[in-house]
Amino acid sequence: MEHLGYLFAAYSIIFAVIFLYVLFIWRRQAALDAELRTLEARMAALNESSPAAGSSEPRTDI
Amino acid sequence: MNSAIRNGLGYTTLALMIAALFMVFDYVPPEAEQGIAQLIFYFHVPLAWVAFASFGIVAIAGIFYLWLGDQLWDDLGYAAAETGMVFCTLMIVAGSIWAKPIWGTWWTWDSRLTTTFILWLMYCGYLMLRASADDTPQVARFAAVLGIVAVLDVPIVIASVRLWRTIHPAVLVTKQGGHGLEDPRMVATLMVCLAAFTALWAWLLMLRFMQLRTRSRMGTLAVRIAFANAAASDSK
Repeated sequence: MEHLGYLFAAYSIIFAVIFLYVLFIWRRQAALDAELRTLEARMAALNESSPAAGSSEPRTDI
Repeated sequence: MNSAIRNGLGYTTLALMIAALFMVFDYVPPEAEQGIAQLIFYFHVPLAWVAFASFGIVAIAGIFYLWLGDQLWDDLGYAAAETGMVFCTLMIVAGSIWAKPIWGTWWTWDSRLTTTFILWLMYCGYLMLRASADDTPQVARFAAVLGIVAVLDVPIVIASVRLWRTIHPAVLVTKQGGHGLEDPRMVATLMVCLAAFTALWAWLLMLRFMQLRTRSRMGTLAVRIAFANAAASDSK
């Protein structure tokens, strides 16, 4: 069982980093969901105040 | 549909990873000379494979972005570069830990290690470019070109063990031809590990790509809101 420590270290680091990356993706997703809810609320408020304005398309000629 | 594929990939990854761990620690015999440290090989090689596959996708996405100018390709390239860097870093770290008991050093400027380090640096540059600048079409074009240029190092990394004098083992394709895995159980274990990491990579790439697509669409929505606000102000 010589070098068991190296084996343990390699596999531990691999799984720890993958876990951290999944966590990073998960947290970004939560932040994106929150941002999306804010945008949707702003869009809904805009549609309520002026239904025509809310459906306007962005200009592409500028 | 997307969530079904995403969940399916997630469960497939989990099942394959459990099978891979079982095979590495309970099924495959350790190599005669290196002993238990050689078991790092079964994750080191799949990490290299998925890192190279990621960088290939970065280049393909870069070509399509420069050709078509569609944001989708830029998002795919960015997602692939990020996942590729995670796996490339882990490949280098795992290789370094394996090198210590076998070579007696954590790192040496061997041809394969050096070319891999150059590859890692180039994709570091790619991610730094994306992180330090706004998401403008100009930055996306620079990143696409960098992704295409950087991938040219991948065949050099692969061929380096045959092109130059090296202490890195050429296990999969030896200099004499054939492969260096004598026991069929070693081949089976490597195949399962390759499948597990391919599934993990596909799952992570899909998660990150879908996230970047959402972010791009939100950017478009924010522009629409800004224009709608401006239109509402003008009409008052």
